[in-house]
Amino acid sequence: MDFNDSPAEAAFRAEARAWLAAHAPAHILTPGGKISDTEEADRGRAWMRELYAGGWSGLTFPKALGGRGLSGPEAVIFAEEEGKYHLPKGPFTSIGTGMALPVIAKHGTDEQKARFIEATLKGDITWCQLFSEPSAGSDLAALRTKAVRADDGSGDWIVNGQKVWSSWAHLTDWGILVVRTDPTLPKHKGLTFFVVDMNTPGIETRPIRQISGASEFNETFLTDVRIPDANRLGAEGEGWACCMTVLMGERLGSGAHRSGVEPLIDYAASTPDGHGGTMLDDRAIRQLLAEALADEQGERFFQARLRTMVSKGENPGALAGMVKLAYAGRYQKTNGLALELRGLAGIAPESGDTATTDVQYDYIYSTVMRIAGGADEVLRNQIAERVLGMPGEVRMDKDVPFETLKG
Amino acid sequence: MNFDLSDEQKMLGEQARALLSDLSSFDRLRSLIDSGAEWDEPLWRALAEMGFLGAAIPDEHGGLGLGALDLGVIMEALGAANAAVPFMSSIILGAEAIRLAGSEAQKAAWLPKLASGEAVATFAYAEGPGPVFAPGGTSIDSGRISGSKTPVADAGIADIAVVLVADGNFALVELDQLGVTRTKLDSFDQLRAHYRLDFADAVAEAMPGTGKLDRLIDQAAVQAAFEAVGAAEACLAMARDYAMERQMFGRPLAGYQAIKHKLADVAVATELARSNAYYGGWAAESSPDDLPAAAAAARLSGIKCLEMAARENLQVHGGIGYTFEANCHFYYRRERMLAVHLGNRGFWADRLLNAQPGSQGKAA
Repeated sequence: MDFNDSPAEAAFRAEARAWLAAHAPAHILTPGGKISDTEEADRGRAWMRELYAGGWSGLTFPKALGGRGLSGPEAVIFAEEEGKYHLPKGPFTSIGTGMALPVIAKHGTDEQKARFIEATLKGDITWCQLFSEPSAGSDLAALRTKAVRADDGSGDWIVNGQKVWSSWAHLTDWGILVVRTDPTLPKHKGLTFFVVDMNTPGIETRPIRQISGASEFNETFLTDVRIPDANRLGAEGEGWACCMTVLMGERLGSGAHRSGVEPLIDYAASTPDGHGGTMLDDRAIRQLLAEALADEQGERFFQARLRTMVSKGENPGALAGMVKLAYAGRYQKTNGLALELRGLAGIAPESGDTATTDVQYDYIYSTVMRIAGGADEVLRNQIAERVLGMPGEVRMDKDVPFETLKG
Repeated sequence: MNFDLSDEQKMLGEQARALLSDLSSFDRLRSLIDSGAEWDEPLWRALAEMGFLGAAIPDEHGGLGLGALDLGVIMEALGAANAAVPFMSSIILGAEAIRLAGSEAQKAAWLPKLASGEAVATFAYAEGPGPVFAPGGTSIDSGRISGSKTPVADAGIADIAVVLVADGNFALVELDQLGVTRTKLDSFDQLRAHYRLDFADAVAEAMPGTGKLDRLIDQAAVQAAFEAVGAAEACLAMARDYAMERQMFGRPLAGYQAIKHKLADVAVATELARSNAYYGGWAAESSPDDLPAAAAAARLSGIKCLEMAARENLQVHGGIGYTFEANCHFYYRRERMLAVHLGNRGFWADRLLNAQPGSQGKAA
């Protein structure tokens, strides 16, 4: 066991560090600076172009397809080093590299690969994800957006329906889309996967007013949207397999989050306790912060174990969901605790108390962490079934034509 | 980075598990309790024969000179079996205290005997209700020790005790002498006897190494985390197996989300604790500056996972879990003992925060 870099890893880290030192500073976002979504997305593209030019785009993507073909641990090292700069990275770039590219690489035709892969690695094409619907979240295969063949003999598809929680759909170029093409089949079998140009007539994105006050997610309405058959990924009816490819990427990708507990220790230390000390002297607070810190360290070292598994060619499978489950719950609990320790100022801070407004935002945002990318309950089922070998859920909708299900 | 046990360490763990499954069955534990046995002496002899007792004792003193992670995989197996042996007392605490703080003569006199199992040691640190590391009432003067330590694990079978004395240092006391009275206490863990030790001007040797308590208990906290992880995994497997077999309303109990989700949470807590234990073992071997934080985190997450696992294991079993014939109670009792020995959650929470730069509270 060695927690430190191997000589090869250390050399890779030094190479990454040197390149970043030369190229990242020109791209960093001013801390606390407010820029528009459009500008942020544009600067994201510029950073993608820089990465591509330097050979740092698509690190784990196969070389033959234009990536760098590196191992998981090297990608983690690069992410750690890149994370030291406040760079314009977000769903507008990561959905392309983390979701669209794997599904295109696995299920796409040669034409599709040629058309999308390099352009995505360069940031020329950015992507959004059109999966969830108002009635299909954790039960994604219950989706109702439908596509039928156009009756003009073109082979094109006509899509109608509504998608939701599509991050940055208003500013991205293309979407990965899953729709129902055969409602007479059971629900997982009648799905087909497409890539869709977001400028196609009939696509309307509306920002969602979120509880955080921000609006990075959208609803996307599709009304008679025409998609050429050439933009179908995989065969008709193979949409679920494509979704699985995408969602595996999502699960393995989550977990590289900011830590959460250290700032809260500082926060407690900057809050007076009324007895000449700070709230960090409070035994109950100390206990809760220490337990959160122990969990956080456990998550970090568990990730290290999973990365070691990946580097040995093993597949962590549902183990990867454990980190996400642990992290999301801890994030909510500790930020909620932090708002309590500040006293009334935690719910109505003086202007300029950005420490409190950060904690407030994180407490609100923690609800997303527990729902998106595998809700707590879904992850617990997966862990129980795939790690512990317990029985699957009773399913009422299996082997039943989708159109006969109650919706 | 390679954050996994080596093949040799995995093999060592396998050997320990195999030996324990042969010699330390649940029926064996029941018969030890029924006969009022102090410990499982044949198991101790077998562990000695396999070299496990001397695993981390230096070669020049009759051990194998292995490290904290090797010791950890043995502790994990002992925790899984809920074994009735004084490994924590004699090896993790006693032998290690002598290695850290003993004179060359003390090491030469005792380490080979502890490695071979010929002698058993214990570490006497508490003085009744209150903080567990309590040196206050025991002092050594001109080779004589007076005062009391209570409770002391495994003191009935121990030949020597390393005693935490008034200045925070250690004294070495042979227990089979006139000035030492051992009084057996009613131990909550029926497979780990506890005693009161009264010293009345008993012969004792001061140990020359000073300021070794922190290092000793940090290392022991890591080992306790390995033990907790082993026990938690055993509870988890027991609960899962029972739930798979038990039919309830026409289907296996294991199919209900109330059970699946509960056990998934235990599994997550156990994996986090295992990860912290690995890091603690690595820090103990290779990065001593990181040990205080690593040990405290491992200890806290070890306590947490075993608390969940021992309780929910019994709960999943339902009424049968409350019987002596079922096996849940061994872990349910031991869990409380393990949660309190070496300092409880509050003690280690303080240590974890104190190990973070700039976060020492007044309470610390």
